[in-house]
Amino acid sequence: MTDGPSDPARAGTEAVAGLLRRRGEQVAQRWADLPLFQAVFTVTRDEAVEACHAVVDSLASVAESGRLEDLEAPGFQPIRQQLAAMTSSRARSGLSMSQVDREVGALRDAALDLLEAETDELGVEDTCEARIHLVTLFATLRVAVIETMLQENQEIILRQRQQLLEMATPVIKLWDRLVAVPLIGMLDSARSQIVMENLLEAIVEHKATIAILDITGVPTVDSLVAQHLMKTVASARLMGAECVISGIRPAIAQTIVQLGLDLSTVTTRATLADALQWALGRDDGRGQQAVRGQS
Amino acid sequence: MTGDREDPLPGPSIPVLDLGGLLFVSIQGELPDDAAVQLQEDVTAAITRTGSRGLIIDISSLDMVDSFLARVLAEVAASSRLLAARTVLVGMRPAVAITLVELGLTLPGMATARTVTDAAATFGVTISDTVREERNAT
Repeated sequence: MTDGPSDPARAGTEAVAGLLRRRGEQVAQRWADLPLFQAVFTVTRDEAVEACHAVVDSLASVAESGRLEDLEAPGFQPIRQQLAAMTSSRARSGLSMSQVDREVGALRDAALDLLEAETDELGVEDTCEARIHLVTLFATLRVAVIETMLQENQEIILRQRQQLLEMATPVIKLWDRLVAVPLIGMLDSARSQIVMENLLEAIVEHKATIAILDITGVPTVDSLVAQHLMKTVASARLMGAECVISGIRPAIAQTIVQLGLDLSTVTTRATLADALQWALGRDDGRGQQAVRGQS
Repeated sequence: MTGDREDPLPGPSIPVLDLGGLLFVSIQGELPDDAAVQLQEDVTAAITRTGSRGLIIDISSLDMVDSFLARVLAEVAASSRLLAARTVLVGMRPAVAITLVELGLTLPGMATARTVTDAAATFGVTISDTVREERNAT
């Protein structure tokens, strides 16, 4: 305001703001027919128009603030919330990020057409200036939308990682005082820690004397994974439960030997069925489970 | 009990119970140095006196075992073995087991069992379970 209309950039942004305020209704009407809004607000068209209005108003306030390229401009905050809901619904219906981006980009044309129609009133020079600013504004809008989508994806990934940690380590009670953990996927430090804790808790809960660690679903065993397994076995032994590692595929057996890993202190079996047979053959009746010391 | 010591005991000493042929020790709470020494004396004396072939050490109420206690347990087991009694460690908690393994203290020479019943079973002594089936109710 202090610079006054003499500053051409300032004048341009004000022209954009003025246009968006004056023609807000028309812009909103046109946007409501675009696939972006149409696909989201399927119930009534009025709803879509209302949403469009909100976006137009927010864009106008961004233009008024003069911070067209600033994603942190106050006007972008409500837009983000509005568009985040819409773009995520578009993404859910199977559109790629570039397709959504193109749909958001299509919003620009409606505004540019209306600007074109006002050329007579504004004069050619001012129209050109306003056009540049309008394009800038919509470019920033597209960045804001993409950023919102990325953020949302990031949140989904974080949530799923957490779920994976929680869900991928079930401890199953197979028989009286016999528990098993089917391990699936790569074992990293965080996961093996959770596996160990879950298994030990289950040993307490079920008073298990034998625990089967089934690694059929573990793609590769390196020295780190082996170390995690050994730690689990040692902890279980301290608690009075014996561990069997089952599901060792031929390739994994070879890898273990080639890596020079010493699993001689651990009972191992090729399949879960073998381990189960071993465990049941060992347990000769309730409470008669022999505890093996150094022998 | 066994030593008839004259000096006043600074802390409560750990009782060594004789369960008809088996000795039973339950360690609860922290174990000061002198109590640890006392425990070793009591255990060895009790084994000699009773001629017992088995010693069960229950640590289910401990939520922490440091390297000192681990060494005491190993020493108790080793000295009992010299007197022909086998030691079984019972009831270790998950957190304790994880800590010990992380510290590298896997107590290799010591036998372990989940419950006192299991430990007794390894000596051929049957202690009947009372609440096994109704465990969910408790």
